[in-house]
Amino acid sequence: MAFQLPELPYALHALEPHMSRRTLALHHGKHHKGYIDKLNGLVEGTSYADRELHEIVQETCGQSDLGAVFNNAAQAWNHAFFWLSMTPRGGGGPEGELALRLERDFGDVDAFAGQFKEAALGQFGAGWAWLVIDAGRLRITTTSNADTPVAHGLQPLLTIDVWEHAYYLDHQNERGAYVDTWLANLVNWEFAAANFEDAGEGNWKANRYREVREAFAESGLGEQDRA
Amino acid sequence: MTFKLPDLPYAKDALEPHMSKETFDYHHGKHHASYVSKLNDAVKDTPMAEWDLERVIHHADKEGKQGLFNNAAKHWNHCFQWQCFSPEGGGKPDGSLGRQIEADFGSFDTFARKFTEAATGQFGSGWAWLAIEAGKLKVTNTGNADTPIVHGQHPLLTLDVWEHAYYIDHRNARPKYVETFLDKLVNWEFAAENFANQGEGNQTGARAYDDAQEAFVRKRAAAS
Repeated sequence: MAFQLPELPYALHALEPHMSRRTLALHHGKHHKGYIDKLNGLVEGTSYADRELHEIVQETCGQSDLGAVFNNAAQAWNHAFFWLSMTPRGGGGPEGELALRLERDFGDVDAFAGQFKEAALGQFGAGWAWLVIDAGRLRITTTSNADTPVAHGLQPLLTIDVWEHAYYLDHQNERGAYVDTWLANLVNWEFAAANFEDAGEGNWKANRYREVREAFAESGLGEQDRA
Repeated sequence: MTFKLPDLPYAKDALEPHMSKETFDYHHGKHHASYVSKLNDAVKDTPMAEWDLERVIHHADKEGKQGLFNNAAKHWNHCFQWQCFSPEGGGKPDGSLGRQIEADFGSFDTFARKFTEAATGQFGSGWAWLAIEAGKLKVTNTGNADTPIVHGQHPLLTLDVWEHAYYIDHRNARPKYVETFLDKLVNWEFAAENFANQGEGNQTGARAYDDAQEAFVRKRAAAS
């Protein structure tokens, strides 16, 4: 079975004015789709064709002769995770256990936001900024190009894409404005909390994505945005 | 002395419709300007403020000063790139560079195909180059700020394949951007000047920037 481009968990215009319809249309419909299509072309007829996405990411990481497979598989995974890291009702801060942990490990939500922004701005070139769990502690990290915490045994809770294609139409060179907007209006703390609760269960696996998307669809939360 | 953002060697709308004024507003006026500004912040009150740009690049590379290297090399790469475009660009080189391309690649079309592959195959941000190494032309690519001048290569041409270089005009279609560069924008005169200078010990390609920039501006002034 070939890998498929997952549907967005909200309408293309649902994140406006913070992220435009045309950004999501290109980012999801061209960039993400491009990675999926290339991955399918690369793995067709190989043993990877029937594997889970995260397994391919983990097994091809660091293997120079499989760099193209890794890049496209990891970008396919990262983007699926990124769509869920945003919501039309985003922003603010987490509640419950994740909020307590965020205070313990960063001080407060504002301190977290400051460090997260600094990390996102400091990722030179293309890449990603992440909130992850590392040995029981929350930590901010960045990865370059397609690299992903999934390949390194870390449990991601949230990510922001800082490839220029993620923000150039809406913010041009102003990556800082993009990160500010994302933290204030788009970040999906419910998704982060769901990932946090499942920590330790290996839920950085690709099926995590499907589960959350199904739960999101069943909740009806996305329906008004689709209408 | 601090480092300066060089003027473009043509008007910002001179490459339209192949590269838009809006692209230059951001690429030259924001991205390149930002690298220069950050570089100046980094060298301020250090001896490096008096150094040539290429000396800063080599120093940062040798000492593993990644942040300094990034801004210095990006300044150099962008300076070099503006000259790789011309309103009268495209076509093929003639003269000795044309013959060398045929000798080293087999044909111009093979060069063009290899350059396109290097540009489209650079995953993430980076640059595609035509360079001379040990007397032979080669097509190469570099990631992020990396530049052939720290790898013993003498660049003749470059194309920026960071997304900011083409997103306004071509969105995700990097192959279309590369095709447009080769068909309409590539400045073979500049490449030929760099090629002609190769035997002058200008291995790093560093001095070529200032000289070529001045020559280019003089030529433009003479033509108008």
